[in-house]
Amino acid sequence: MAILVNKDTKVIVQGMTGRAGTFYADQAMRYGSDYVGGVRPGRGGSKHLGLPVFHDVATAVKETGATASLVVVPAPQAADAMIEAIEAELDVVVCVTERVPQHDMTRVKQALEGSKTALIGPNSQGILTPDQCKIGVMPTKDATPGGVGIVSRSASLTSEILANCSAADLGQSTTIGIGGDALHGLGFVECLKLFREDDETEVVVLIGEIGGREEELAAEYLADVSYEKPVVALVVGREAPPGRRMGHAGTLSALGALSASEKIAKLRNAGAVIAEDASDVVTKVIAKKNG
Amino acid sequence: MLLSEYKSKELLAQYGVPIPAGRLARSAEEAEDNCARISAKKYVVKAQIAAGGRGLAGGIKFAATPSSVHDESEKLLGSKLVTEQTGRDGETVNAVYVEAAHDLKSQFFIAFALDSETGRPMLLASKDGGVEFEQRARMDAETVKTLVLDDDATGLGDFLTSLGMGAGAEAPVRAAAEAFVKNDMTLLEINPYAQASDGNWLAIDAKVALDTAAAFRHPEFDGFTAEQGLSDVESEAQKSNINLVRLDGNLGVIVNGAGLGLATNDMIVDAGGTPANFMDIRTTATSFDIARGVEILLKEPRVKALLLNVHGGGMTVCDTVAEGVAFAYSRSNRKPPCIARLAGVNASWGQQILEDRKVPVEVRDDMKSAIARAVELAGDV
Repeated sequence: MAILVNKDTKVIVQGMTGRAGTFYADQAMRYGSDYVGGVRPGRGGSKHLGLPVFHDVATAVKETGATASLVVVPAPQAADAMIEAIEAELDVVVCVTERVPQHDMTRVKQALEGSKTALIGPNSQGILTPDQCKIGVMPTKDATPGGVGIVSRSASLTSEILANCSAADLGQSTTIGIGGDALHGLGFVECLKLFREDDETEVVVLIGEIGGREEELAAEYLADVSYEKPVVALVVGREAPPGRRMGHAGTLSALGALSASEKIAKLRNAGAVIAEDASDVVTKVIAKKNG
Repeated sequence: MLLSEYKSKELLAQYGVPIPAGRLARSAEEAEDNCARISAKKYVVKAQIAAGGRGLAGGIKFAATPSSVHDESEKLLGSKLVTEQTGRDGETVNAVYVEAAHDLKSQFFIAFALDSETGRPMLLASKDGGVEFEQRARMDAETVKTLVLDDDATGLGDFLTSLGMGAGAEAPVRAAAEAFVKNDMTLLEINPYAQASDGNWLAIDAKVALDTAAAFRHPEFDGFTAEQGLSDVESEAQKSNINLVRLDGNLGVIVNGAGLGLATNDMIVDAGGTPANFMDIRTTATSFDIARGVEILLKEPRVKALLLNVHGGGMTVCDTVAEGVAFAYSRSNRKPPCIARLAGVNASWGQQILEDRKVPVEVRDDMKSAIARAVELAGDV
């Protein structure tokens, strides 16, 4: 098991021939993920990294049977690339591109309405099911298979916590980053739902931060369904001065967003175990697994 | 990027949002001269800084005559306003906006943002104008009503009526919605949005945040940045793919990733330390970019120690960061101690680079002990 991606996931890369696309596709293939092709308008019919390159996503899907896409195109074209992948009815679309204009996401969200696609990102580190499938930019050297599901808004902090878990012999079912932007695809709630239904996931680690409403919505969901699996939550940004532009792009706009301590209180009331800081997460996971 | 008031209003006016007559001035004399070109019975002088909380900090003054406009402008220009959003040093007032003061019948609050659920523009509105948007949103979620707008803004008229605004209020709100979308704004706040005693609706104050990620299709954004006079240090860092926010403390912080940056900031404060900055190195940053960011910190005399906390991955691997740090140290006369905690991809290689290049480095294996040592070395502020 695992969520969203596994050894049967067939991945195409939109923007594979670029510098970043080449780098991340190559790394994921070396990791053993099943990458089956790339998309680059104008370069259909050529080969890159030993894989066929197609002019558009629909053709790539038809020819390769791809079920997922990694979007690594420059920000000005990222929205169109995501929409093309959604319209091609891929199961999972991961967009790692940073600095996608917020207003472009209006169109992307409209394309998602009623579609079957799970969009991860943009500005996400992606999704990793250890030893099976990597779609994204995260390092894999410390990832090991196991029962901890991780969902987060930030890349390097997740890598840090994942490494701590593996060092304590706590492998991961799937690690997923919902992205650092205010407007994104999957949220914490959808990921919690998926982890809830996944047999392999024993404990969920949720890594949130200031800004936005994701943590609040997650707390409401956990309380609503009386979530059966233990959830260890970390919310960073407690000490960030108010009103300053710290953290992800999505974190300035207050829009009714709770402070870090309010988010922590809500999650605690919903039954989550609160980690005091980044280094405390693994301690709390161990306590939960043994308890 | 937050625009100052006059720039925000100038943008709105282009779309037909009515604003009070006003002119920008950079000297007290110019401010007084402006009065002759503004048809008004009395005036208001407003300090132009790109941060909120201005009213509470004394940045808005009413003046009955051109000569008192002169006097108020003289006091404001060159002074520093310290608000919740500027940090301890405050922001220098380089310009004032002289405006016709109106008698107001009623004041409302309106704002636009993108709804994170649907991705569509959302109007937020409240009966009570006046309070800062972020404060309001924090304290008073109940009184702010919201309407998610479709392409035709269906239901807008009824929505405004339900809040107690008259028929004349709708057209300026539609114009503001258009300005919000066409200019890639992430936030547009008109507060107060008011009806003057002559019945006309006016944007009395306005605050616009632009999405700099959309600058590629708005060549005019560059000009705005220059005019804003953003903190030199922060805009210099932006050019080098680094998000840098200056804080008041003495411990310089170099971290990759926003989340790890926030986590580090929390832990420094927990350990009794005071961060000199918040830094998030973007994944696209090169060693040279990183060197520029580190140079900024090394130049600040208040920075007594540096904490390097990096989890290498993607394209930001530890040796890339270490190269940047080593380069900056080699070019700096000030060489404060550097506590390095490197993990993830190429961690030991990065460590090797720091040691070989004679960076005064102490290596720690985990975040907590690295932070404890860095706080100790930085000492008291």
